[in-house]
Amino acid sequence: MPETSAGTLTAPAKPAKQKPGGTLYRGREGMWSWVLHRITGVAIFFFLLVHVLDTALVRVSPEAYNAVIGTYQTPIMGLGEVALVGAIVFHAFNGLRIILVDFWAWATRHQRVLFYIVIALWVVTMLAFVPRHLINVFSH
Amino acid sequence: MTAIEAPRSPVRPARKRGVNWEKWGWIYMRASGVVLIVLIFGHLFVNLMVGEGVKAIDFGFVGGKWADPFWQWWDVLMLWLALIHGANGMRTLVNDYTSPGAVQKVLKGALAAAAVVLIVLGTLVVFTFDPCPAGSPADLLPSFCPAV
Repeated sequence: MPETSAGTLTAPAKPAKQKPGGTLYRGREGMWSWVLHRITGVAIFFFLLVHVLDTALVRVSPEAYNAVIGTYQTPIMGLGEVALVGAIVFHAFNGLRIILVDFWAWATRHQRVLFYIVIALWVVTMLAFVPRHLINVFSH
Repeated sequence: MTAIEAPRSPVRPARKRGVNWEKWGWIYMRASGVVLIVLIFGHLFVNLMVGEGVKAIDFGFVGGKWADPFWQWWDVLMLWLALIHGANGMRTLVNDYTSPGAVQKVLKGALAAAAVVLIVLGTLVVFTFDPCPAGSPADLLPSFCPAV
C-alpha cells in the first residue's frame, strides 16, 4: 500500500496553500509547457494525416479537390484553422525553447522566463494572423 | 509491501553496441523541427495570409503553385520532414502510455504504416500532378492551361 504508507509520512500540520507535490516541476511552467507541447503535437499529427489525403484529391479531379477544399472555407472550419494555427505556432516556439534549454546552460536556468517569452510571441503572432484570417473567412 | 522501482529505471536496458537510434531520433526531432518552422510558417503565410487567404485556395491555386519546382520541392520536403517528425513524436507517446507487448507493437506498426503510405502518396501526387487535365472545365484550371 504505497499510497497510505506515504500518507502517514507527511507532516500533520501543513501550511494551507502549499503547491501540490511541492516540487519545482509539478503544476509549474515546465509541466504546462510539456503538456501543451504533447496536446498540440498530437492534434497537428492527426490534422496532417487528413491534410495529405485531402490535398491528394488534386490527382483525382479539379471538381473533387474543390468540393473538399470548399469545406475548409466555411465559418466553422475557419475557426478550426485559428485553433490549428494556434497549436502550430505554440509547438514551433516551444520547440525552439526546448532546443535552447537542451543546448544552452543559461536557457536551462531560465526556462521559466523562456516559457513566458513563448507565450508572448504566440500572442503577437496570433494577433497578426487571426484578424486577417477571420476577415477572409467571414467576408468575400 | 510492494517493491516500487525507481521512477527512471528503463523497461529495457540501453543498447551497448551498434547505432544509437534513440540518440539520432532525438537529434532528428530538433533538426527537422527547426527546418519545419521555416517550411510551415512559409506555407501558412502564402496559403492563409496573402491575398484572400483560405478563400483563394482551389485546384487552380494548387496547380499554379506546383507549376514551379520551387513549391514542389518545398511541399515534398515539408511532407517528409513533418510525417517522420509527427510519427516519431507519436512513438514517444506510445512508449509513455503503453507497456512493451502486442498492443505497443500494433500501435507503432500503425504509425509507421501511416507515415510510409502518406509519404509515398504525397510524393507521387506532387510529382505526377497534371495541372491541366484533359476534359476539365477551363474555369476550374490554372490560367496558363491552353484553351481546348
